[in-house]
Amino acid sequence: MKTSFRRAVVPGVAAIALAASLAACGDNNGNSTDAAGASGAAGSSGGKLAAGGSSAQGTAQTAWIAAYQQQNSGVTINYDPVGSGAGRTSFESGAYPFAGSDAFIANPSDEYTKAKAECGADPIEVPDYISPIAVVFNLKGVDSLKLDAKTIAGIFAGKITKWNDPAIASQNAGVKLPATPIHTVHRSDDSGTTQNFTDYLSKAGEGAWTSPASQTWPSTDGLSGNGTSGVITAIKGGDGTIGYADASQAGGLGVVSIKVGSSYNAPSAQGAAAVVAKSGLDKSATANQLIFDVNRTDTSSGAYPLLLVSYLIACPTYSDSSTANLVKGYLSYIVSQDGQKAGASAAGSAPLTSDLSDKATAIVSKIAAK
Amino acid sequence: MSLTTRPPGRPLALGDRIFAGAARTAGLLILVVLAGVFVFLLIQGAPGLSVDPSTYGQGVTSFWAYVGPLLFGTIFISILALIVAVPFALGVALFISHYAPRRLATPVAYVIDLLAAVPSVVYGLWGGIALSQALKPVIAWLGAKLDWIPLFQGPASPNGQTALTAALVLGVMILPIITAISREVFAQTPRLNEEAAIGLGATRWEVIRLAVLPHAKSGVVAGIMLGLGRALGETMAVTMVYSSSPKYMIDIIGDTSPQTIAANIANNYAEATPDKQHVLIAAGLVLFAFTFAVNFLARWAISRGERKLTR
Repeated sequence: MKTSFRRAVVPGVAAIALAASLAACGDNNGNSTDAAGASGAAGSSGGKLAAGGSSAQGTAQTAWIAAYQQQNSGVTINYDPVGSGAGRTSFESGAYPFAGSDAFIANPSDEYTKAKAECGADPIEVPDYISPIAVVFNLKGVDSLKLDAKTIAGIFAGKITKWNDPAIASQNAGVKLPATPIHTVHRSDDSGTTQNFTDYLSKAGEGAWTSPASQTWPSTDGLSGNGTSGVITAIKGGDGTIGYADASQAGGLGVVSIKVGSSYNAPSAQGAAAVVAKSGLDKSATANQLIFDVNRTDTSSGAYPLLLVSYLIACPTYSDSSTANLVKGYLSYIVSQDGQKAGASAAGSAPLTSDLSDKATAIVSKIAAK
Repeated sequence: MSLTTRPPGRPLALGDRIFAGAARTAGLLILVVLAGVFVFLLIQGAPGLSVDPSTYGQGVTSFWAYVGPLLFGTIFISILALIVAVPFALGVALFISHYAPRRLATPVAYVIDLLAAVPSVVYGLWGGIALSQALKPVIAWLGAKLDWIPLFQGPASPNGQTALTAALVLGVMILPIITAISREVFAQTPRLNEEAAIGLGATRWEVIRLAVLPHAKSGVVAGIMLGLGRALGETMAVTMVYSSSPKYMIDIIGDTSPQTIAANIANNYAEATPDKQHVLIAAGLVLFAFTFAVNFLARWAISRGERKLTR
């Protein structure tokens, strides 16, 4: 009896487990419609939206949801800051009707093919969150520094190793720089902030930064922190540390003014928004895509080209009319002047310029039911 | 003995059948869940072995070049945690079972068990914010005076977020597991063996050495392997406590230290493209297989020990 029981158990367990896993995996690759994302009556008198994506947009999204739900009673919106990659994956599988992402979907790519298949047309991509990235440091006795992109690239590439290096001292006359070694801090997790920072260093660094832009920090040297809060904790914890983080999280740390043209500019919301508004569109942009190739070498007065642009990715048509109306209503609010002001005051980001806001609103207003 | 033996002449009660069925179902369910996890890792992770090499990161050309430093980091940090935890755990267990007066032993055991109730995220926050600051002077001293030892070659990290701090935090986390199992095993030493040793004139330490430890060896190894299993898989504590990167290195007080597989997955899953997600799940499969192998080895060591004892 024992032997036959054992003989039945092992293949039985394996069969059940295999069947259960295959059934679960099979659903993920199906072309489910986006009716799963919303339910309820059409119009602004109720409905549910479940979406997610970029965690950089998280604080702003919370403010936008609160304001929109207050203006439209009965509507419930959920934004889950799972990360840009997970958000785009869920959008491409139909689980989210729209997603927030620090990177627009590259064209051509596997992701773009999936997104186009899911939407039945080219996806809509509009910017909704612009945030200046600050280079922050912790150095006893020094509150702010002036550095150009070449020096910053040299520091983060490990070429400049002491705070009193002539490259730093020559730009900061009158500041007493100690001989302590420089410890750089980078993000240990893949992040849009790293992508934008390395993009700035490679485009504006005049050859001092040789790695391509990427969301993973290219070197294994230097201190690292998990998330923006991890980087700030790491910098605050030690003397002589320097890193990069969202400007709104800089806390009481020293901030670097970067060289733009012939002057040094501190991180500013207007400076960042101005750079995006003047940047050209990425060469793969279609009619409904406001995706930017940010001009990192912008030299106009007051500009601050070290910034992060986060996008909203949605479909131009939805098979379910209530989803279409809900998405159109919510996204229109986000890119409107009011919405941008609310987001900026909650998250410390830069509101879209009125020109960009108008262009984005025009694109979002084209969302309709199939 | 089968689940449903009964004395001759007595009919099988309904309660027997239900309980036997429930116990069988519970046992099978656990097996199904474990097998399901393994099959999920296999199916979702297999594509990760054959993705475009650019997915692995700069300069990494194959899956094994990606996972190698991570596996090394996982084993290295876990061994450091064991070095910190095992002597303390055995000491506390012996204290509770043999040295402490009865009134002191119970509260001490209770407090050690409370350590296991602290969430690992809280350990991560404590280690990254408080313990690292407290260890800063120690790390600076080690980097200055003992840098001829490869473990401490430095240069010392300025904010204390190092593998040394992480090893201490992990050690504290696995201490209650090893202590709990060891003290149970020590307490179950046959009374006759201990009394025989005392009768021969042994001191308390000699009693422990002659009667307790030989009997407890396999149980203690089981406890250590459970602690090691927890250390191998610990995610939030190692992610939040020290700055890490995937690199073969044994310097534990420098700016950066070896990264573990669990920390790598925690760091990269959210922003990962679907290809990278497959790579991360494959790394998780490697960790699963390694933990399984370690536990298998422990079971084999224990059964060998038990066979020796009964000879």
